[in-house]
Formats: sequence, C-alpha cells, structure tokens
Amino acid sequence: MLLADGYEPSSLNPLLGYARFGAAKFYDGLLAFDGNGELHPALAVEQPAPDEEARTWTVRLRRGVTFHDGAPFDAHDVVATYRAAVDPTYASTISSDLSMLDEVEAVDDRTVRFRLNIPYAAWPARMVMGILPKSALSDPVPQDRSPINTEPVGTGPYRLTEWRQGERMIWKANENYWGDAPAVEKITVVFATDDNTRAQRVQAGEFDGTVLPPRLAERVGTGPYRTIHHDTADYRAISLPNDQPVTGDPAVRKALNLAVNRSGMVESLLGGRGTPASTPIPESMGRYHEPAARFDFDQQRARRILDEAGWITGADGVRRKDGTEARFTVMYFADDTLRKQFAQAFSSDASKVGLRVELAGVQRSEAAERIGTDAIVLGGGSPLDPDIQMYPGLHSSMIGTGTYKNPAKYRNSRVDSALDAGRRTVETAERARHYKEAQRAYVADPGLVYLAFIQHSYVVRDGVWNGYESVIEPHTHGTTWGPWWNVEDWTPAK
Amino acid sequence: MSVRLWPAGRLGRRSEAVLWLVLRRLAMAVPVLLLVSFGVFLLAAASPFDPIHQYYGVQIFNASSADVARVRAELGLDRPVLLRFWDWSSGLVTGDLGVSRSMRRPVAEVLAERLPWTLLLAASGLGFAVVLSLVTGTVAAWRQGGWFDRTITALGHALEGIPPFVLALLAIALFSLGLGWLPVAGLTDAGSRLGAGQVIEHLLLPAVVLGVSQAPWLVLHVRQSLLAALTEDHVTGARARGLRERVVVLRHALPTALLPFVAVLGARVPELVTGAVLVEEVFSWPGVASAVVTAAQAADYPLLAVLTLLATAAVLLGSLLADVAAVLLDPRVSADG
Repeated sequence: MLLADGYEPSSLNPLLGYARFGAAKFYDGLLAFDGNGELHPALAVEQPAPDEEARTWTVRLRRGVTFHDGAPFDAHDVVATYRAAVDPTYASTISSDLSMLDEVEAVDDRTVRFRLNIPYAAWPARMVMGILPKSALSDPVPQDRSPINTEPVGTGPYRLTEWRQGERMIWKANENYWGDAPAVEKITVVFATDDNTRAQRVQAGEFDGTVLPPRLAERVGTGPYRTIHHDTADYRAISLPNDQPVTGDPAVRKALNLAVNRSGMVESLLGGRGTPASTPIPESMGRYHEPAARFDFDQQRARRILDEAGWITGADGVRRKDGTEARFTVMYFADDTLRKQFAQAFSSDASKVGLRVELAGVQRSEAAERIGTDAIVLGGGSPLDPDIQMYPGLHSSMIGTGTYKNPAKYRNSRVDSALDAGRRTVETAERARHYKEAQRAYVADPGLVYLAFIQHSYVVRDGVWNGYESVIEPHTHGTTWGPWWNVEDWTPAK
Repeated sequence: MSVRLWPAGRLGRRSEAVLWLVLRRLAMAVPVLLLVSFGVFLLAAASPFDPIHQYYGVQIFNASSADVARVRAELGLDRPVLLRFWDWSSGLVTGDLGVSRSMRRPVAEVLAERLPWTLLLAASGLGFAVVLSLVTGTVAAWRQGGWFDRTITALGHALEGIPPFVLALLAIALFSLGLGWLPVAGLTDAGSRLGAGQVIEHLLLPAVVLGVSQAPWLVLHVRQSLLAALTEDHVTGARARGLRERVVVLRHALPTALLPFVAVLGARVPELVTGAVLVEEVFSWPGVASAVVTAAQAADYPLLAVLTLLATAAVLLGSLLADVAAVLLDPRVSADG
C-alpha cells in the first residue's frame, strides 16, 4: 500500500509526543481507541481498575507480547516508560500530560499500579501512549539523543524498516504481533508537503490514499478513489483575553458569540465539512455533548446587548465606551491558511455589530509572547475524554501555568466546580452530567468564541481492501490516523 | 592533452612555493572558520525563532511553563550564547558534533546520511557546467560573431540574472509536468527501492538545473579568454606554420585559455553552494543543503553551525585550489600572494 502524507514527524519517540493520542503503528499503549469514543484493552488485558477516589489505578498486562527486537514485554517496561515521561532528565515533551502522576510501580511482572496526586477519572485517556522497552530508556539523557527517534522499537503491528528523512518511510507487518499479524504487509508512506502536488499525484494513480483539504479531496476522490470525511474533536476558536478593556467585557464576549455566523463559516471555509461549535465538546463525543449549550446566530441581539452595556456607535461605525474604542487584535499563525480564513471571517462578522477586529499573522514565538494581551485563533482537541477537551482550556487553576493553558484567563466558578466534579467521578453517566453542566455554565458566560469542529478529509483507493471503519479524530491526523487508523485489521478484498 | 608549460628545472621551487601557499591558507582558515561559526551562534541567538518551540512542536500547546523551563534547562538552552558556543566548539575538537534539534539525531548521522547526496548533486552539476561551458564557449569563440556565438552570448547574459530556483520551477513545469519525461522530485519513485537507475533518473533534472545556473559565467569566460588566446603569438605562429584550424584552437589556444578558467571555477564555489541549497529545496533532494533551511528556522545551532562550517570550508578550499592551479600552471603568477 502506497500512501502520501503532507506532514513528516520529526521523531517517532512517544516521549517526544509521537502518537500521543494513540494510533501509533509501531507501538501499543495499555489501552487503545475503538474509533467511537471508547477505550479498550491493548497491552492491558482488561479495563484498568481505579480505587473509589480514582487516585490509584491498577492494570493487569497481557502475556506473551514481545518487542520488535525480540525482548519480552512486562510491567517493568511500562514503569520505565511512564517514569521517563515525567523525569526531567529525559526532557520529554509530554510530561505536562502526566502532571498528575505521582508514582508508577510494578506490583509483579504482570501488574502495574499508578498512584496519582489528584483524583483523576480521565486517567485511562493517558494510557494510550506507546510503551517503549526499558532497555531503550536505561540511559537518562534528553530524548533528542535517543535512537528511538529514528529507529522505533515497540510492540505494535508494524515495524519501521526504512526511513529516508525528508522523503519516505516503509512499514512492514510485525509477523510476531500479539494480535493477528496484519494482512496489509507493507506500507510505504511518502512525504509530500504541498496539498496540490499530492492531489495531482493521487490523480495520476501514484498513491493508494492521502490526506487533503476537504474541497480538494472531493475533487480528487472520484473514479477509482473515494473521499472519506471524519468527524473530530478538532476545534478552531478565538480566545478573548479576560483582562483587556474590550475583550474582557462580558457584554462584548456574549455579543461576539452571537454575532459570528458559524454555519456560514463551515459552509464557506470548510465546504460544509465541519460542524459549528459553541463549546469545546462536539456532538461526536456523544453522551458528553450538551445540545442545549449553544449560541444562536443573532446579530440583532448582539447589537442590543452592546447598546445596553453602554458601547455606543461612533461616526465611523465603531463603538466606544468611556473613551475606549471597541477595537482589538486577533493573531493567527501566519503559515496556517485555514486559521487565517477563520480570523478574517470572525473579523468581518464582528465589524457588522460595530466591533473593530484587526488581524495579525504571527510566528509561534511571537504569539507566545503576546497571547495574554491579544486574541488568537486556537486549534486543537482530543475526543479521548471531556476532561482533556475542557479542563486545560477553561479551568481557572490553569491560568499562568503555560502559554496555551487557559490562554484567555477565563474564570467561572460554576465551570470550575463542574470540571472538578467531572475529574473526581469515575462513573460514566454521572461524569456526563458534570460535563453538561460545565457546558451550560460556560455558555451563560462565554470567555472564547468557539467557531467550528473541522472534519478531516482523506482520499482512498476504492474496492481493494476491506476493513475500513470510521473514527472520531483528535487534532492530529495524517496517515497514522484517517481511514488507516485500524489498517492492521484490513484484508485484501479478493 | 599533454602540454609542457614550464622548464623542468623550475618545478622544485614552484612546488615549494605552493606548499607554503597551502600552509599559509590552512593557518588562516582556522580563525576564519571559528569566527564564522561564532557568528552563526550570535545570529541564531538574536533570531526570533525560539529553539524550545522546535523541540516541543505542537506539544507546546499542552505543556506547562514549569515543564518547559525544566526541559529548557536540561537541554542547556538557558545558558548564555558564549557558553553554548564554548560547549559546541570544544565538542567539535573531540569529534562530537552535537545533536541536531530539528532532525532529532546526532549531527554526525545527519551528515553521513545527507552529505553524499549533496556531493553527488554538486559534482554532477559542476561537471555538467564545465563540459557545457567548455564546448559552447569554444565553439562560440571559434565562430566569433556567428549566429551560435550571438545566441550563446545573449543567453548567457540573460541566464546570469535568473536565480536557480526559478530555473528549477521552469524545468519542472516543462520536463516533468508538461512533457512527463522526468520525475518531479525526490530521490526515487514513491514505491521504488534505492537503485542506480532510479537515482540517475531523479538526479538528471536537478543536476542539469544546477549546472545550467552556474554555466553562464563559465561560458562567457571561456569564450572571452579563448578569443584573447587566439590572438597570442604562439597561436599566430601555429597558424603561420599551416596547422589545421582544429589543431590550432584545441592544441594551442585552448590550453592557454584554460588557466584562468580553473581560477574562475574555484571562485564559483560560493554560488554553487547557494545554488545547491535552492535546487535541493525545490526538488526535495534529501541532501545536506536543504537541511540548512530547516536548521535555520529551528534555531538548531549545532546543525546550522556545522553546515555553515562545511560551506565556508568548501569556499576556502575552492579558492585555494584555484590559486594552487594558477601557480602550478602559469609561471607568471607569483605564489607570494
């Protein structure tokens, strides 16, 4: 199978963030994604067992699993991997994901116990991370020196047999896989950054599939190909700094949320391939989504709210209040066309209710410096757990702990307490109630403008393989996700 | 062709002079290289790109400030630039080139994997440029004022002003997308193994583009110096002896014209280096030159500094070879420069 990807990973090391949300072809996590918002055992042999407080999690491990280098897998590999992820000397970039991990220990060769420093019901979502053999971690050095970066050793369904950086990778089926050995025996992934080049080469019949922007995918995905769109938890939002005179005013925040034409943006920017977003929890996250927590598109009401709050329209059409002009800047990453388009659409909608939004395309370093004072187009998301999707972005305790941790400095005690309750509760139905409450409380007092969840689009050769299953994707996409998230289960059609 | 240009007895003094020239230049190269690499560190430190962002990639979105600060310290990125330069250069002496942050592997490995492809591309490009310019330059001078001469001269002057990447894009548009003769980019076809045939097929277009982009100066130079040589006494003498025109041009005039050509070739190395960077970038050629761009954006000091050192060394070596050739070949050139 020959695939083209628009993005080449710089490292295949889970400790440097490779396949943080699972779907790592070379690795298995303790748990794996089932495509539909549930986690099921992978290297674990059964669902992990929490104590009543969700502070201690015990996991029993599968027998008879070996790494690609032939070494047997046991509890000490899990311990070594998680310890390295939080040990500063390994300079792992995912340590913040695991900040709640206090200690991990091997109870015996087949059992691992995690102790957390807070009750944390979303811990299973942290168990999809790929497990490395302990031998690869015996040397405590920053992971940019690790050979794992270019020569991954895991237990996963595929082994990496060749990687010419800047060009392509070849994956071969792991014939000793603990599940069934994959029927698709060899996969070549070619890296081609330019969307149009990839589309042309697919059209020429060169590839069996690729990832493309939605409209391009639909144009190319005909004849021997078919186009596939996947729902995601991948949102685009505008953060509104809370301590600024304009964006900090609750009336302005509410008005902006009513003034933006979300469905219009989905239609015009995404070609209909997305869904409007009012909160960070998409409809595709099923039981955690609160349908009542949404904003109507109502510019009349937005104007009324601004009038009532004392923002009076001046001669130039821009509102003013006590000498302050209703003007602010929205930043976007200059190299991201879609974010730029969202910023432009947002600015245009805001101007219709008398709010002046200036745009600034910036580098990532510059954005990090200005994020406290200027608004910015945010993007991200993971469907693994509502905690991951809401807590870092909206809980007040996250303010000041990191550049993109609650960047808008949003504070709302009702949201805080609902999110805290969601973390402490293990039982699913009860958790869902807390997250729905959090969404309702947020909508009553919004701190950002969530605009849309974008679908990820792919083109795949039709009728050659069986086994495709749809999946709800995180922000990450490309050839490890997409239609191929379960490629190890595919079989030839005849 | 064997041409004796100086009496045998003077060879000893000449080679001694060349030896001193080489030694002097090598001694000078050390401080130059040190200064250049220090400049890279200073520039990278002053650039708006923060290396910690490259190290984290998108994970920076989820990272807490405390963790980022710890990683920054662990990687030594919070140390002053002077100290970092000291660490790097003392590592260099012991043979440790450091770790490339953007490629996430030792710099030595990156070089071992990519340098051969760059050398192959640069050598093929330069070789093509040399052959092309010798042939067309000679023919143009020989038939001075004819249609071929006029075309070549006009074309040469026009090409001087066209940057290599424009040439590369035009070549792709014409030969790959338009005519479909040659692959667009890469080292091999998507699904193919690494083999000589595949690589040659993929090398052709970038090497020709690189060669053509270097050729105008060389062609015009060959033409000019051949024209001058054709008026020299020994050529006139050869003609007077009734030798055939072909023999006069190739055996008597061309060798004289070749002397300065070698010097010009050496002086072209800087353009060859920048040309290679642009051509590799456009053709996704997995060489070391395209890594320069990545390394610069990532403020990847170790890789950037080594690549800059290599480029500087190539330039110094080019000009040294040119001078050595000139001293060895032409008795009129003094080695005391």
